[in-house]
Amino acid sequence: MPAHHSWGDGAFKWLTLVMALSVFVLIALIGYELAHGSQLAFRKFGWRFLSSTAWDPVSEQFGALPFIFGTLVSSAIALVIAVPLSIATAVYLTEIAPRWIRQTLTIFIELLSAVPSVILGLWGIFVMVPWLRVHLFPSLQNVFGFVPLFRGPIYGVSILAGGMIIAIMILPIITSVSREILRSVPGLQREAAFALGATRWEVTRIAVLSYARKGLFGAVILGLGRALGETMAVTMVIGNRPEIAASLFAPGYTLASVVANEFTEATTDIYLNALFEIGLVLLGVTLVVNALAQLLLRTFAGPTVKSA
Amino acid sequence: MTCACALLVILPLALIFYHVLKSGIGAVNWDFFTKLPKPVGESGGGMANAIVGTFELLGLAAVIGVPTGVLGGMFLSEYGSSRLNRWIRFAADVLNGVPSIIWGMVVYALIVVPMKGFSTLAGGIVLGMMMVPLIMRTTEEVLLLVPNGYREAAVALGIAQWRSILQIVVRTALKGIITGVLLALARVAGETAPLLFTAFGNRFWNHKLTDPIAALPLQIFNYAISPYEDWHRQAWAGALVLLLLVAIVNVTVRVLTRDRFKNS
Repeated sequence: MPAHHSWGDGAFKWLTLVMALSVFVLIALIGYELAHGSQLAFRKFGWRFLSSTAWDPVSEQFGALPFIFGTLVSSAIALVIAVPLSIATAVYLTEIAPRWIRQTLTIFIELLSAVPSVILGLWGIFVMVPWLRVHLFPSLQNVFGFVPLFRGPIYGVSILAGGMIIAIMILPIITSVSREILRSVPGLQREAAFALGATRWEVTRIAVLSYARKGLFGAVILGLGRALGETMAVTMVIGNRPEIAASLFAPGYTLASVVANEFTEATTDIYLNALFEIGLVLLGVTLVVNALAQLLLRTFAGPTVKSA
Repeated sequence: MTCACALLVILPLALIFYHVLKSGIGAVNWDFFTKLPKPVGESGGGMANAIVGTFELLGLAAVIGVPTGVLGGMFLSEYGSSRLNRWIRFAADVLNGVPSIIWGMVVYALIVVPMKGFSTLAGGIVLGMMMVPLIMRTTEEVLLLVPNGYREAAVALGIAQWRSILQIVVRTALKGIITGVLLALARVAGETAPLLFTAFGNRFWNHKLTDPIAALPLQIFNYAISPYEDWHRQAWAGALVLLLLVAIVNVTVRVLTRDRFKNS
């Protein structure tokens, strides 16, 4: 190649390389800043931070357990609600729906995924929570009140409301990833099942769903990863009370919400450090869950499956 | 039964759109787009600074996020060994999974603390950083779709690789790259959490890049959790504007790309 070409080539390659390597720089920045910012709290509380239920800025006692509990419970509720709906919808979209329904539904589901979290939260505060407080929760308490999960005063804002709003947020992602997984199941599997005399539902259940088990599980874990980091919509409907309670109607508090609410109000260094440490816990949990999801999705269908 | 589930999935979307339209449309008026927020407790005023603020932040974010993301995506699709690329893709996916509030905390420690104040710059930087992995992945995907024949023809004609990438491959994939950028912009336009402690919000116009700045999602959040009826009304109006903005970009982009890729 003529010499004057190699100058441009080399320069451009290095330019794009540096830009691509920025992702590593960003990851390093995130890890460093969170670790550095939580140093004071880590040195003062050590591992007790994860098991203590105190959250008292005045006496400077901080513990993350109520938030870990809130995050886990609200995410679990969200999964319980969203996973069956999403997978059923994905099955409907890939196996049953005619093309025009499939296309319109897909656009709507993608539209739902584009709704900003704060708008969902706004709707949650002014529409969903009052409805829960007046209609759904009292009915639940009437029918299931003997279970500790459904006892206690009803405010509307609650960990159950938080779980429900997270469910709405993760429905689109689980549905679309599940759809891609189901689409990648080879047609041969279905045809073989039909040839053996299986009914429509049996074909779906045996040939498609159990074949795609691993990928579907990956989609669910991806949804979980998204649910764990959800901040705004949850903050607006969960009640923001740092306590662990047995009732689903009790207000709760998640890792992301406490940071969102109290970060700009943190008056002392140790308070801010405690919040950074909460961010570190959140980051750690989210990274592990997302890595697990990526692993499942990639080893199932190969790099052609987009993980949104 | 699965059809019922599918309809149930769309139900929240329908409800949200209905309520945002119903409550927002009454509150959107000329004042809303042109006036600043009134003092606490007084009714009237608007969200002009928030709307302009969102566009300012998006502009700043684009300056940071688009070149980095697009050029990085070019590297992933055109150059690099498959091992390095796998790690870069993994890192980009990891970054895509980082909760947005953590981005806010990082940029707070990185920019707000040394600058001793909340600023437009910090807000733009955090949104730009969030856009980088998004745009990188979408650019890479779109570039990979360009047939290799184009690149081979360019080599056969003696064109330098960097020119063939920029002028031939990218130009072919330009529509896809632009849609990827627009989608990323629409996504960060709705982000509130990272702006909570970087841009912080402002009840007036910002005059310098080092001033705090109002943004639409921030303003919606602050008004929504406030105790004033008039602010609730304005929050719905802001939600309508933001939702329409995001929805229009998303639908347009997806309709434009659907006939190209013919998927589903």
